[in-house]
Amino acid sequence: MSTTDREQGFTTSAASAPGVKAGDFVDPAVSGGGSRTGTVPRSAKAKKRLTNPGASLIAIVLAVLWTIPTFGLVLSSIRPEIQTKTTGWWTFPLDPQVTVNNYNLVLYGGQNNFASYFINSLVITLPAVIIPITLALLAAYAFAWMDFPGRDALFVGVFALQIVPIQVTLIPLLRDYNDAGLAGSFWPIWLSHSIFALPLAIFLLHNFMKDIPKSLIEAARVDGAGHVKIFFQVLMPLLTPAIAAFGVFQFLWVWNDLLVALTFGSPDTFPLTERLASLVGSRGSEWHVLTAGAVISIIVPLIVFLSLQRFFVRGLLAGSVKG
Amino acid sequence: MDLLLSADSTGDKLITMVAAIILFVAVMGVLLFAVDRPRNVPSWLVFLAFVGPAALLLLWGLIRPAILTIYQSFFDRRGETFVGLDNFVALATSNDLRSVLVNTIIWVLIVPVAATFLGLLYAVVVDRSPVEALAKALIFLPMAISLVGASIIWRFVYEYKADIGDIQQIGLLNQILVWLGQEPYQFLLNGPWNTFFLIVVFIWVQTGFAMTILSAAIKAIPDDVTEAARLDGVTGMQMFRHITVPGIRPALVVVLTTIAIGTLKVFDIVRTMTGGNYGTSVVANEFYTQAFRQSNAGLGAALATILFVLVVPIVVYNVRQMRISEDVR
Amino acid sequence: MRNRLNRRVAAAAGAGISITMLLAACGADQIEGSGGSGGGDASGGAGTGVDAAAEIDCAPYEEFGDIEGEEVSLYTSILAPEDQPYIDAFQPFTECTGVSVTYEGSSEFEAQLLVRTQAGNPPDIALFPQPGLLQTIVRDTGTVVPAPDQVEAAVDEFYGEDWKNYGTVDGEFYAAPNSANVKSFVWYSPSAFEEAGYEVPETWDEMLALSDQIVADNPGGEIKPWCAGIESGDATGWTTTDWMEDVMLRTAGPDVYDQWVNHEIPFNDPAVATALETVGGILKNEEYVNGGIGGVQSIASQAFQEAGLPILDGSCFMHRQASFYAANWPDGTEVAEDGDVFAFYLPPINEEFGNPVLGAGEFVGAFSDEPHVQAFQLYMTSEDFINNRAAGGQFIPPHSGLDVANLQNPIDELSAELLNDEEATFRFDASDLMPGAVGAGTFWSEMTAWIAEDKADAEVLDAIEASWPAS
Repeated sequence: MSTTDREQGFTTSAASAPGVKAGDFVDPAVSGGGSRTGTVPRSAKAKKRLTNPGASLIAIVLAVLWTIPTFGLVLSSIRPEIQTKTTGWWTFPLDPQVTVNNYNLVLYGGQNNFASYFINSLVITLPAVIIPITLALLAAYAFAWMDFPGRDALFVGVFALQIVPIQVTLIPLLRDYNDAGLAGSFWPIWLSHSIFALPLAIFLLHNFMKDIPKSLIEAARVDGAGHVKIFFQVLMPLLTPAIAAFGVFQFLWVWNDLLVALTFGSPDTFPLTERLASLVGSRGSEWHVLTAGAVISIIVPLIVFLSLQRFFVRGLLAGSVKG
Repeated sequence: MDLLLSADSTGDKLITMVAAIILFVAVMGVLLFAVDRPRNVPSWLVFLAFVGPAALLLLWGLIRPAILTIYQSFFDRRGETFVGLDNFVALATSNDLRSVLVNTIIWVLIVPVAATFLGLLYAVVVDRSPVEALAKALIFLPMAISLVGASIIWRFVYEYKADIGDIQQIGLLNQILVWLGQEPYQFLLNGPWNTFFLIVVFIWVQTGFAMTILSAAIKAIPDDVTEAARLDGVTGMQMFRHITVPGIRPALVVVLTTIAIGTLKVFDIVRTMTGGNYGTSVVANEFYTQAFRQSNAGLGAALATILFVLVVPIVVYNVRQMRISEDVR
Repeated sequence: MRNRLNRRVAAAAGAGISITMLLAACGADQIEGSGGSGGGDASGGAGTGVDAAAEIDCAPYEEFGDIEGEEVSLYTSILAPEDQPYIDAFQPFTECTGVSVTYEGSSEFEAQLLVRTQAGNPPDIALFPQPGLLQTIVRDTGTVVPAPDQVEAAVDEFYGEDWKNYGTVDGEFYAAPNSANVKSFVWYSPSAFEEAGYEVPETWDEMLALSDQIVADNPGGEIKPWCAGIESGDATGWTTTDWMEDVMLRTAGPDVYDQWVNHEIPFNDPAVATALETVGGILKNEEYVNGGIGGVQSIASQAFQEAGLPILDGSCFMHRQASFYAANWPDGTEVAEDGDVFAFYLPPINEEFGNPVLGAGEFVGAFSDEPHVQAFQLYMTSEDFINNRAAGGQFIPPHSGLDVANLQNPIDELSAELLNDEEATFRFDASDLMPGAVGAGTFWSEMTAWIAEDKADAEVLDAIEASWPAS
């Protein structure tokens, strides 16, 4: 949980990479991979930062504002139904009644056991994160570093594809999956999620790649490295934070998706979200149970976010490039 | 193969998953290995190997349906009879569409700017603080909540109960109003502000996205740049304006664009919180209603086509930004 | 209609529930009748289920040949825990024929059914919550197969002609009726009535007089005669349309009602305007609503699921809502004539039209004509099935073979009584019969604006009329 303060203690000296001048601003994550030279502990500066009362106040106000609604959800999830429906969660201290009933319903109330939904979510999510990121990295690399007629127009086209709403693709895709005999398995879900993720993934990663100093690539070329080698040895280490950032979001979108899972899946492959959405009952009167469901569904993405946090910083250190 | 198509037990599912990943990696590996001979492979083939797989998927999964949709927008509700521009005329002449378009534009103008601004502000103020990870997790939290969860959360914020008898408020905002001696307010019912209250929910969700990307960008600004500026006596606001913002300009564009496109497509918040009633509907919500509730394929497709048109300004803005950053390089 | 009872929460991106009955021997988990484990089902929810060994006559299914080992997929809008009585009632059929039934319920039933049929991946059987949806799917996709002769014969035998007609599209009979509900009910608290000395009203005028009496008896203005709520996610407004239909039947009569449904009179016809005005006399009367919730406008924001609950604490006396509202009372609320809550018949306005009953129901349509699917369709219309299912509670088939002893609660009995009352004129929920653009579109949204934004009667009716599809 703690920040990697020590890791941040290293600065990446941009000057060590030829062709990078101070002032060449490097966007996400990567400065032109310098070696670990001078270490200026940031903690000293951090102190200075934190003593700025204005900044601290802004941070606290925003954090509180953003957290209150969710805090209300967590508190509501342990209150009895009748209380949740008649009094505000902030009255909890006046009459602290705690129940695990909502959680019991979520975990044990279904026909299929909760664990199987959980497994399905996991089985859906991992390939649906790995596949698009891999494909997008390769494509982004090509758009950033290979010369090709019409390259920029193509790239603009790809990122404009983000606007296509998933709904317009459902019927054509489902028809093809049926014809291919894939319907009801995990494959259509993985494929569909990969497709929907690609435009944004290519767009984001391309922008990250563009900011890697050309000189690094040139140097590797001079050494006779091909595209594949450059891609894996020069770029990948520098892109860790970008990949981590996109990985987190793709994980979230897939983990929380319902539409794709419902349309392309089958009862055998339904994820957690399907279970949660069905908790309200045919007449939607059981919505208080969803509070518990929502809390349970947050846990995994939160763990993923916190555990990937360190990569956001580590990218700065991965800069020792052997040209 | 049979196992890979119908996995029932947990073990089978996990095996299927691992197999799928391995299969995918193997195919990609073979492909790259094949083109990794810079001397004897034409460069267009290398380009194709890098871009091809993604391009194929996009062509089949997004471009084809999009073209089908545009084609469909010139047909009737069953997609059988060619009706020319009738669907668009019907949309243009309906009273509601104007407010739907206006709402959509309000969304697109407010959400990206607000979410990006707040995300940037937060990323800057918590940067390098000892509790940074935790502080960021708090803002990130809304992103992790599925929309089903988010709509319940906000129910506890906006819910209205009249201030009569011993009825207690269960919506936080109305409780605050009551504590202040005011009358409770119908946040989601009373236009035009209700659209704004829906927008707040989306900003709440998207700020985490902006913060995460921008935070990574801020960390990438070389320290010696900031140090040099600091030695020159640049502080606080000036530092932010002259060092931080230009340094993360491309990231800002990415974040603004992504959120703007996401905002154009937003429909679930509107759908769950107001059902598109009370003058809060947006284009994406109308599209969903026509295509999936009224099974009016033609009109639904026309609305989707309007969405495609609305993205054009965003694309143009991006192309210009790309040119600018090209010039800088 | 049940599918409308979609909720704010799950309306989001589509949701569903699925219970797989993988009874086929493929190493799948055997489904254990959980009987709503974990509780949480409202009164009248999942019942005890049927003894799996219920004896039924297997003879009718022999003519379908050797169908053992086949699977039927059933797609519905009925979610857990209310699916259990269905699953239990299918057991005897499976034992007879060896055909297993895969049950899948989804709250995004209509959207998903549309996607699946258009993509060529429909279920074997769908339980249509509205005739309007059946018509749409039949006319737009042509994927629904006409009911087999055996099913048609059974429907002729057990169901009234009206009910058969609802399952008929363009002269072809597709879908057998299944369950029904009665909408012409006003929920109230018998004990509260007794305490205050109120009588159950038997005419509309008496009901208004009672409302005035309640207003006079509670000068504080905090306790009101009526409570209502129409918020229902993306289906917000449907409860108002039920009010309209009930009143339309009572002021204009069944014949004009039919013309209204079929658009033989315009939607802004004076007859419709009269009905709307009558509804407004209650729903837009600040003195009458909205007990325990707020003023008129609060009807729009009040979720329909909890709109009747103020009756329990005495801040409201009457709540007009269908028979299925029985499931919305909190656990432990007794639904009975001498219990905590009960319902009385929404009284007539015009004697000349008798006692009209408004209702809705579900229909069994098939997308496959394989023998095992047909056998299952036949089972769904049999006395065996409907009695087995009725024993699970919350099921009122308009089926002459129903043994009322099987009904689980007094409200179901009362509903069955009304449905089978020869004197009563039954009419089907109009918005379920109208084209989707109106019945699941402008009729809901305009009625919502009528309440929320105080849109004028004439404007509301004109807007709905203008939205009626041209064809």
